[in-house]
Amino acid sequence: MTMNTQGRPTAPTASAPLPASPTFTGNRGLDIAEPLIFEVGRREVSGVDIEDAGETPFRLGGHARKTPLDLPGLTEPETMRHYVRLSTQNYAIDLGLYPLGSCTMKHNPRLNEKMARLPGFADVHPLQPLGTVSGAIELVAECGRWLLEMTGMASVAMSPKAGAHGEMCGMAAIKAAIKARGEDRTIVLVPESAHGTNPATAAQLGFKVVSIPARADGTVDPEAVKAKLSPQVAAIMLTNPNTCGLFERDIVAIAEAVHAAGAYFYADGANFNAIVGKTRPGDLGVDAMHINLHKTFSTPHGGGGPGAGPVVLSDKLAPFAPVPFVRFADDGSAEFVETRKQAAGSATPFGRITAFHGQMGMFVRALSYMLAHGADGLRQASEDAVLNANYVKAQLMDVMTLPFGDVPVMHEVLFDDRFLEGTGVTTLDFAKAMIDEGFHPMTMYFPLVVHGALLIEPTESESKAGLDQFVGALRHLVERAKAGEVEAFKAAPVFAPRRRLDETAAARNPRLAWRAPEPEGRVAAE
Amino acid sequence: MRYHPLTADDRAAMLAAIGTGSVDDLFAAIPADKRVDGLLNLPRGATELSVERTLGRMAAKNVPAGSVPFFVGAGAYKHHVPATVDHLIQRSEFLTAYTPYQPEVSQGTLQVLFEFQTQVARLTGMEVANASMYDGSTGTAEAVLMAHRLTRRSKAVVSGGLHPHYRGVVRTVTTMSGGTVSDLPPDPEGTEDILAAIDDTTSCVVVQSPSFYGHLVDLRPIAEKAHAHGALLVAVFTEVVALGLIEPPGAQGADIVVGEGQSLGNALSFGGPYVGLFATREKFVRQMPGRLCGETVDADGQRGFVLTLSTREQHIRRDKATSNICTNAGLCATAFSIHMSMLGGAGLEKLARLNHANAVKLAGLLTAIPGVEVLNDSFFNEFTIRVPGDAAAIVEQLAGRGILAGVPATRLEPRHPELSDLLVVASTEVNTDEDRAAFAAALAEVLG
Repeated sequence: MTMNTQGRPTAPTASAPLPASPTFTGNRGLDIAEPLIFEVGRREVSGVDIEDAGETPFRLGGHARKTPLDLPGLTEPETMRHYVRLSTQNYAIDLGLYPLGSCTMKHNPRLNEKMARLPGFADVHPLQPLGTVSGAIELVAECGRWLLEMTGMASVAMSPKAGAHGEMCGMAAIKAAIKARGEDRTIVLVPESAHGTNPATAAQLGFKVVSIPARADGTVDPEAVKAKLSPQVAAIMLTNPNTCGLFERDIVAIAEAVHAAGAYFYADGANFNAIVGKTRPGDLGVDAMHINLHKTFSTPHGGGGPGAGPVVLSDKLAPFAPVPFVRFADDGSAEFVETRKQAAGSATPFGRITAFHGQMGMFVRALSYMLAHGADGLRQASEDAVLNANYVKAQLMDVMTLPFGDVPVMHEVLFDDRFLEGTGVTTLDFAKAMIDEGFHPMTMYFPLVVHGALLIEPTESESKAGLDQFVGALRHLVERAKAGEVEAFKAAPVFAPRRRLDETAAARNPRLAWRAPEPEGRVAAE
Repeated sequence: MRYHPLTADDRAAMLAAIGTGSVDDLFAAIPADKRVDGLLNLPRGATELSVERTLGRMAAKNVPAGSVPFFVGAGAYKHHVPATVDHLIQRSEFLTAYTPYQPEVSQGTLQVLFEFQTQVARLTGMEVANASMYDGSTGTAEAVLMAHRLTRRSKAVVSGGLHPHYRGVVRTVTTMSGGTVSDLPPDPEGTEDILAAIDDTTSCVVVQSPSFYGHLVDLRPIAEKAHAHGALLVAVFTEVVALGLIEPPGAQGADIVVGEGQSLGNALSFGGPYVGLFATREKFVRQMPGRLCGETVDADGQRGFVLTLSTREQHIRRDKATSNICTNAGLCATAFSIHMSMLGGAGLEKLARLNHANAVKLAGLLTAIPGVEVLNDSFFNEFTIRVPGDAAAIVEQLAGRGILAGVPATRLEPRHPELSDLLVVASTEVNTDEDRAAFAAALAEVLG
């Protein structure tokens, strides 16, 4: 036997342009195409070994399946490949800046994941005897206590499953409170800049939505609110800071006017990350506010949930909070109230909005975040989030356009599309070009109150160097747009796993589930 | 603070670039008398080690399901989840991505959702499914609202076999939106006559099978009568594993099928987060709530997936939307889908068979105890027993002996003291023969 002494080339020998022909596999190096499980899986294959059930008789009373379940299976290694390959086609916070305005895409600490997976939290059943889950109830109560201190409110309903569910919970409490007063109020005021969930929630609860226009500076004018107030108005739903990235500076006057008219003040807490430790909604006159734990308190967005939307309530609304809740006796002992019957005496809950007790897994993560930050870290987070947004604004306002002028913003900065006028490039094109620069686009075309909105929320998780690179990329794109490279923008993205997708075709002819292709023989026969 | 990349020098340089002296200037719009003076009345930040100690102490006060013979079900079930599932959902690209609004960089999430929708449609025997709801209970309430829209009627007839929490959620949401609910009394025996409650004002009939008390329900006659009166059948399940063994609701005439998907891929987690499954007929899709993922092509003609039919949704339609839902249960749906892909059709059938066999064995052991009666003629992995005495007290006594025995019916139906001797018990694949023997022995002893 002889040793191979040839070695191998260790430097590139030639530089040629990229080959035009596609690869045999359709893959492009690490960009690996992945079929659907229905194309690669097989019904009889399984990645789970299951003990044999033996000869025990059936007691299904004639309800057994009549046809085999037609679903593909994968072995464990196939499963791993399938999903890891799919994962590589996603952008993620852990890959880079994710500046979606009003979404608060901040770092998700892995400590929180570890805590949520402790068997004492992850492996307890919601209907175990209460004596076997005292630590879980303590955790729910403790998470609620932190939320109350941060918001300056009287009470908290922990069970809402996400922000919009929290809105429903808070507005239902308002509806119940109005009914308890023997009144019938049917109108809810919603500013034009509000998230779509606000009017949708109000409508779902049977309210009529009346829109409040924004004034020229992007905020709500108390006089415009007063003009719409009447004995028919149940509440106003106001986001503060609002979706233009501005703090509603007249919020106290608005709250006073709303209360004077016998209505309630619902605050959308989606943008709470700007003000934690800086001001407390309870001190501003808020009666109910949901808190998106998946925004402000860093529980992972998971590609669209799960979220959690606890609602803090004022004294006036506290008695109407839904079951379940934790009630504290004078001696500090906690009682877990699960039913309206049990609540009787001190409260008149409007009902129940979900099975069980809410998003425990999210409470653990959020409390882990809160404990890690503490009062000092929470305030720092808000300050850094606001500082980062204002820095982005300062670095871009000479080349992009601010709809409301050069005023300090909160945790997000809103641009409109006037800077693209005459370039042929739209907000959508600009956003897609950001993908090629390695960034997730900002929120686009929202809020609706400005034309071609681009809403940027960097969060406190970004370093100055990261922001500088982001700013540099956006300035570069503005230059290219102004230099007439409109065709390049229309073609973007080119470096993503997919080019632009045809959403019109998807909606016109919806294909919402996979169907096996027609056998070729049959097609040929037609 | 370990999560905050800005240094003091960075902050100073950035303030200078902004042209302001202090960060507080940026908060000037907050009325001066409403600002927090100093720090909130909360502890200071803590190290990772310290947070682990604090939360670890709380967790240690609880009794995990996996540490004892465990027979608690009633809408949430202890199953074995393969290690692969939890690993994959912790991939950064799944865990830390947002809702896939930018499909070019979200194909991973979108393809998973498309596969999820197809799996749910096939499991339930329906044509289309959405990309998930918060959980089974909120999904059921949304199904009722959808039925109201489709039939332009406003009265839901709700079975006494529907999970009491689901009944509560349906009642809250329906009445708040101006509808009415005709609620049948609790049906522990599985003998209710729901057909008699259906008339020409009924928008939908809501029936759970297996029911809260474990009975398997023949949905066909209910679907027939509902359809004859212009009403829809909303079929509900809380244990998705059952669909591996029993006839799917879609094959029995259901118009909307909604259920809890926690059993596959998701931990018990004291009640949440879970994942709501929601499926219907293709002709009803435009009245469906929630996100939908659809297939399309990109500019190069390559297959890809996008969120679609969003003109139903709140961010476009605002107060005219089919639902206010926005964030749903994406990662829980991902976990569900991965677990389902690992099982495959044959695997789920085998798992379901094992669950059923375990429950049949348990029913046999418990029936042998003097005074204990199994109420069910049919069941899947859960059934109801009548005990001579107060079921809640017996559960507490059994917990004292290290056995988590089930859910007393009155815990969820406190206004029905006549149910006080009923206990709902489940046995899944996690229970061993020893677990079941220990339960039966302890129950016999307690009743002794």
